[in-house]
Amino acid sequence: MIELVQEYWRPFLYSDGQQISGLTMTLWLTSAAIGLGFILALPLSIARVSSRFWVRWPVQCYIYVFRGTPLYIQLLIIYSGIYSLAAIREQPLLDSFFRDALNCTVLAFTLNTCAYTTEIFAGAIRSLDRGEVEAARAYGFRGWKLYAYVIMPQALRRSLPYYSNEVILLLHSTTLAFTATVPDILKVARDANAATFLTFQAFGIAALLYLIVTFVLVGLFRLAEHRWLAFLGPRR
Amino acid sequence: MKTIVPILCALVLLFTGGLVFAKDYKVIRFGADPTYAPFASKAADGSLVGFEIDIGNALCAKLNVKCQWVESDFDGLIPSLNSGKIDAILASMSITPARQKVIDFSSEVFSSPTSLLFKNGAALDESLESARGKSVGYLQGSIQEVYATRVLSRAGLKVVAYPDQDRVYADLISGRLVASIQDSLQAQMGFLRTAQGAGFEVGKPIESELLPSKSAIGIAKGNEALKTLLDQGLAALHADGTYDRLQKKYFGDINMFSGK
Amino acid sequence: MLEQSFACCTDFFEGLNGYGQLLLLGTWVTLKLAFLSLCLSLALGLVGAQAKLSTARFWRGCAQLYTTLIRGVPDLVLMLLIFYGLQTGVSQLTTRMGWPYIEINAFSAGVITLGFIYGAYFTETFRGALLAVPPGQIEAGRAFGLSSIQCFRHVVFPQMMRFALPGLGNNWQVLLKATALVSIIGLADLVKVAHDAGKSSYQLFYFLLLAALIYLLITMVSNVFLHLLERRFGMGVRGPQT
Repeated sequence: MIELVQEYWRPFLYSDGQQISGLTMTLWLTSAAIGLGFILALPLSIARVSSRFWVRWPVQCYIYVFRGTPLYIQLLIIYSGIYSLAAIREQPLLDSFFRDALNCTVLAFTLNTCAYTTEIFAGAIRSLDRGEVEAARAYGFRGWKLYAYVIMPQALRRSLPYYSNEVILLLHSTTLAFTATVPDILKVARDANAATFLTFQAFGIAALLYLIVTFVLVGLFRLAEHRWLAFLGPRR
Repeated sequence: MKTIVPILCALVLLFTGGLVFAKDYKVIRFGADPTYAPFASKAADGSLVGFEIDIGNALCAKLNVKCQWVESDFDGLIPSLNSGKIDAILASMSITPARQKVIDFSSEVFSSPTSLLFKNGAALDESLESARGKSVGYLQGSIQEVYATRVLSRAGLKVVAYPDQDRVYADLISGRLVASIQDSLQAQMGFLRTAQGAGFEVGKPIESELLPSKSAIGIAKGNEALKTLLDQGLAALHADGTYDRLQKKYFGDINMFSGK
Repeated sequence: MLEQSFACCTDFFEGLNGYGQLLLLGTWVTLKLAFLSLCLSLALGLVGAQAKLSTARFWRGCAQLYTTLIRGVPDLVLMLLIFYGLQTGVSQLTTRMGWPYIEINAFSAGVITLGFIYGAYFTETFRGALLAVPPGQIEAGRAFGLSSIQCFRHVVFPQMMRFALPGLGNNWQVLLKATALVSIIGLADLVKVAHDAGKSSYQLFYFLLLAALIYLLITMVSNVFLHLLERRFGMGVRGPQT
């Protein structure tokens, strides 16, 4: 056990000699996917609640497909499936993008989390008090200002509990990254297991690392809820 | 609450599959990784075919036991053996000192060297200069992994691990990898012979103490009974010519058995 | 025009190349896995919910530890731990007790893991649903002389299901998609079969797309079924004013 820790603590935490691996890679994947997914979900969620059928329908389709299929299949399609098509490899821009395993992985995670996040934000927008929006319109807020100053701040706050769930689920889903050759915590654990045959210890360390990150995230979100959702809780 | 607990226990026992008697070897459960043609692979109908599959079945016929094949990723075979899921590993597993610390091996099954596989004309077995900064793929948990991480990465190449050999070839074909490192014969017979293998060639065998060429059947440490049984079976296969017949069927005139 | 669309369909299925039967087998394994895991997790969920709402601090603590651990550790890590670790533990137990060897194959490991993990999620769902049933109902049931179990079966359970169904439906969908992970420990489910077929026939994109479509189909059918269940359990309750 001691040898396991001594030999593998560096790959588990930040580098396996070639590139970043382990905890750092997991955190990088999670934050990249969450960040990009969040930015993409903002306009998509507004489109999702639009009254115009031709704006709403494409987003609904995208959400349906990405929420209805497993993330593992999505990752396989984006990493192995797309690059196996000759048409993609012939295009220099697409070729250089899909060639890199990390790009494919981040893309797959981003698309998946964006679908869930869009649905969460759309639900939050729908749950807003109608009176607030009417009052804003009466004051002359229109178009993007209405969304930027009145609707989105409220919707984002209300979606915090569900969004925290989604972030944690994404953290757990990054364990799939090793199937696309990206060295995250689980890959290092598998390497350690293959080299030392100490299964419980190798995977136990991985489980412990994930637990710690999860607790930290839960704590951060609780602080965020305390700051931004205080108005929904019981008055002290 | 009182009735739920026994029901749960029954459910758990139900789901733990059938009972297998392991001590008197009426059945030998072989672990295999069927992504390593022609040693072990899957046919279109899902059945297992290959040199090692045939050797395993012939062994069982000789020893008068039933063969059961359990599929697994290569790096999951030794943990499976140690946890008792399988009785023996028949998956081109080379005898290395590191592995010998945790499991035992039967007598030799075959010998096969390791070499690089790359595009025609790249001549990477002569010099690795042209591949500097590019990626080489290998199977996770194999002896090639040790060589790749210790030698190839020091030579300036990026080394990438894959859960199974098929994925290595897929990335080699698509261009993500400039080369892959694996068993020579596996590359020659299992990949170059396919339609996708047309533009590739196998380099010279690599000589290194990190790449032993003898492979044998892996057995749980201390399992003398099974080791004796398997050694007897293997000797019998050589004696009556079954080994030579199978060798010719898959590898033609190449001699796989070093006899040491 | 009609001929063109027929030709397109037959071309699509011709690409199957003989792997059709294998795909159907893979789908069947996936469905079996999902259903058995669902049963196990429903049972664990009910037990867990009762434990969380119990008056004894010990049971509450156990249930809290269970849900916290499951929600903190990723599915795949647990699955690998159970697949290798549990087998070792069971082997040691059986040798020590002198029992015959009990095998835990990939399917059993998958069912146990998924059931165990989603039992925690169902615990939360059932806890919320149980709390939503007015306590007066239970008191009235007892007043009529119904035993604890009869009370649960005839009074609490139907009312609880109405509140639990949306959460149940959600968890079922997540469970269905989590079955794809079991292919990583070697089970020949839909994902593994499609991947193998694609690799051997060099039509990887096609087969993976097909597998995705099959998952969408299963989700669609589940949605219809859940809708019917919601109507059955919501009988007699007026919906929100639209």
